[in-house]
Amino acid sequence: MHIMEGYLPIEWCVLWAVLSAPCVIYGLWRMKQMIQQDRRVLPLMAVCGAFVFVLSALKIPSVTGSCSHPTGTGLSAAFFGPWITSVLGTIVLVFQAILLAHGGLTTLGANVFSMAIAGPFVAWLVFVALRKSKVGLGLAVFVTAAVANLVTYTVTSLQLALAFPADGSILSAFIAFAAIFAVTQIPLAIIEGIICGLVAKYIVRVKPDILKKLGIIGDDEIAKIQGEAA
Amino acid sequence: MNRATIEIILGIAVIVIFVIGTLLLIPSGAEGEEGWGGADGGAADMIDESGYEPWFNPIWEPPSGEIESLFFCVQAAIGAVIVGYFFGYWRGAKGRKDDE
Repeated sequence: MHIMEGYLPIEWCVLWAVLSAPCVIYGLWRMKQMIQQDRRVLPLMAVCGAFVFVLSALKIPSVTGSCSHPTGTGLSAAFFGPWITSVLGTIVLVFQAILLAHGGLTTLGANVFSMAIAGPFVAWLVFVALRKSKVGLGLAVFVTAAVANLVTYTVTSLQLALAFPADGSILSAFIAFAAIFAVTQIPLAIIEGIICGLVAKYIVRVKPDILKKLGIIGDDEIAKIQGEAA
Repeated sequence: MNRATIEIILGIAVIVIFVIGTLLLIPSGAEGEEGWGGADGGAADMIDESGYEPWFNPIWEPPSGEIESLFFCVQAAIGAVIVGYFFGYWRGAKGRKDDE
């Protein structure tokens, strides 16, 4: 999903940066507030951020014969919502832009928008809807992570299509970019979903109280998931 | 085995089978071309074909593929250390509570 350095005309760089910046700043504010309220959320937040680090470093081969990587933002989107996730995602994108020449500083706004804002935002809506309809935590996180991944890459395709319409048509450019990204991404989204779902259940087994405090899970379900390990 | 263990083993098995299966079954890369390239690069190639010139270059690029993989490993390692530290800490704390 990384749009490479210099590969986006300057007006689009500015537009996406302007759209992304307020979200990340709001996310920072939310993060600070949440930590001040209760420092015990800090370890879980760190784990979610670390998860983005690990998963977005893994390049996995996929059915189209090319490699791509998971985004890892699903876990954090489910537990903390899109705003705090936008901060965690931005940290990773800056690391990769500076040390790896992966993505770029000029395209940072666009990359933050797709990976750290749009993906987690849609995924979070899906997570809330699934939990409202009483879907189990493991399955809900599985779907959330897969959606975060797929939406991220769809938005990247759209961003590129808007900037580089093929023969003047945004739609055909979108289809061409989506063929590179989205199709590659479907199996990876499933892999990412599996990992995040299992990790979410593991966290419930070893440290359910933070999730309970965040309102993610109730006592009944905690008992049920912990019972599975007995 | 309890259900939790079975779930974890199944999950890992699906991922391993998928990755190995993909590598074995799917041909990649035209002749003389490097297979299994990144999708990010694929999109950049498509943009290059339209005659677009990138207007900005990375301020620093890893001097070789080895160095690049070094930084990817560092990235994954940082994440893994943090995840492992807290999982271990939580598990240890829970163990002590269960023992009491």
